[in-house]
Amino acid sequence: MKINEKNTAITVNSLNLWYGDNHSLKDVSIDIHNNQITAIIGASGCGKSSFLRCLNRMNDLIDNIKIDGEIIIKNKNIYDKDVDECAVRKYVGMVFQQPNPFPKSIYNNVAYAPIKHLMVKKGSACDDLVEESLQKANLWDEVKDKLHSPGTALSGGQQQRLCIARTIAIKPNIILMDEPTSALDPISTEKIEALMLELKQEYTIIIVTHNMQQASRVADYTVFFHLGDLVEYDKTKNIFLNPHQQQTEDYITGRFG
Amino acid sequence: MNKKITIYSENPFYDKSLKTRHMKATIFKMVTLSSLLFSLGFLIFFLSDIVIKGLPAFQQTYIQVDVTYNEKTVKSTRKAVNKEYRRLVSRSWLRTIPQQVIDNPNLMNTKIKLWILADDQVDQYLKGHHHNLKPKYIQSVDNLVKNNATKLRFNIIFFTRGDSKIPEYAGIKSAVIGSILTLIVTMVVAFPIAVMTAIYLEEFAADNLWTQFIEININNLAAIPSILFGLLGLAVFINLFGLPRSSPLVGGLTLAIMTLPIIIISSRAALRSVPDNIRQAGYGLGLTKIQVVKDHVFPLAFPGVMTGSIIGLAQAMGETAPLIIIGMVAFIPDSPNSIMQAATVMPAQIFTWAGMPERAYVEKTAAGIMVLLTILISLNAMAIYLRKKFEVKW
Repeated sequence: MKINEKNTAITVNSLNLWYGDNHSLKDVSIDIHNNQITAIIGASGCGKSSFLRCLNRMNDLIDNIKIDGEIIIKNKNIYDKDVDECAVRKYVGMVFQQPNPFPKSIYNNVAYAPIKHLMVKKGSACDDLVEESLQKANLWDEVKDKLHSPGTALSGGQQQRLCIARTIAIKPNIILMDEPTSALDPISTEKIEALMLELKQEYTIIIVTHNMQQASRVADYTVFFHLGDLVEYDKTKNIFLNPHQQQTEDYITGRFG
Repeated sequence: MNKKITIYSENPFYDKSLKTRHMKATIFKMVTLSSLLFSLGFLIFFLSDIVIKGLPAFQQTYIQVDVTYNEKTVKSTRKAVNKEYRRLVSRSWLRTIPQQVIDNPNLMNTKIKLWILADDQVDQYLKGHHHNLKPKYIQSVDNLVKNNATKLRFNIIFFTRGDSKIPEYAGIKSAVIGSILTLIVTMVVAFPIAVMTAIYLEEFAADNLWTQFIEININNLAAIPSILFGLLGLAVFINLFGLPRSSPLVGGLTLAIMTLPIIIISSRAALRSVPDNIRQAGYGLGLTKIQVVKDHVFPLAFPGVMTGSIIGLAQAMGETAPLIIIGMVAFIPDSPNSIMQAATVMPAQIFTWAGMPERAYVEKTAAGIMVLLTILISLNAMAIYLRKKFEVKW
């Protein structure tokens, strides 16, 4: 599915990924829409998390991995030799499956990375950034009176929103979410989903999910992976109501997976 | 009989084999419990034996006799004390008479009744241990006892003096200072190198054959007989680099090499136990390796690193064999002032005393063990305290 270049946040061309001898992503090409939520679905082990982690070079941390192909963000292949992965990860933020706040105060969880990226100095500018980020993550009202208590003392859903606040504090353009609600209860999940719908005004969001209802609720576009192949990519409505591929239909109707 | 059978048949949970199975479980429990009691009993026996042998060493006999200060006795100090009691007084004390007169000239040509440190044989006799006192001196001691002219005082000498060939003047101070200097060298060298190595292996190095080879070798080094490290220290530090023999510098370096693998292994375990999602969180925010390790991973691993280091330190403190090789079992009467001077360490001092023929050194040996054990237990207690204090609630 080719889209207008102006609306493209990420262009992936013939991406291949091997873990050792295991060919996990096979010739994946895709254009991701700007300021939209794109959901990636597929059975366990289909390569959807691996694909997500290619988009901010988190896979660089794994030994014995080989990546081939190009991922173009802002007209630059992020796997070019002159691109620093730290800069990529600042532009492409990430939220993980398990809420993983640092064992520090709520304030420092949010403030740590912006200070290290030399975006703000300690002081009122930093306070403002922390407040702004927590507000965007819909967490400010719940934590404004206890900013200096540990982030790990919050509930699971609050921790996950703290992680989102921490991610948006470094002002990324793209946010990757790797099953962000799979460890949360339905009420927390609902809050995160509502938050995602707000955040897409400002950010391009790519979410990996096992929950097809979640994909249909929040995503504008949906990608279906199967055994390392990108099987189908379309508007979410089309994927769920009128899939073109037999495999997609089998998966979403629950015949396998 | 009949009744019994009907009860069993009514019980739907009845299982004939259960009785023997439970019995086996009980026997197994008894076996494990008796092992525990056996080792506990052995430990109690060992400790009480040490304490019973060592406690008397913390008290020393003093006797009250007349001391004459004049020209003659300054020259021939034996004559300062009445012939009857001459052999009952510590020779070391008699030797200080000329110095006493220099320090205090008013003493000259006086005769005073003084409480004087007794000879070790008198001390042993009064404590009821084996002694070599001749019958006529036993008579004199008994006279003193009768006149209330003997008493036991806290043995301050044991804590304020170094080793001596005269048992009542032998103390553990120079060995304690030697141990402290040696362990300072050990820690200053081993701790940073070991922690940095652990961080490199755990956070930076790729998992390949080369690092596996290094890991196996580190594990093997931790299990090498410590005397081999002593030979290495002798060959490298003394013979090759020409560092002073018997010095805390060489001892500390040798023990540092011995302690390195212990700290590396425990620090790696501590780093490995830090949940990986902390690293993911850091890298996901575009942080560099040093920011993730220094600010997030290491603080979480720190209590474990401390515990491992203190255990390594305690082990180094109790080590004797490698120090024998590099000459730290020397007779050291004076406390070392620097890491370049000849010194001995506590376990080596205990080893030296254990080989002495005089009966008085038996209690000194036990007392030395008590001092060493006290310090070791304090170090371990400190390790537990530090771990609790720096533990980040997760």
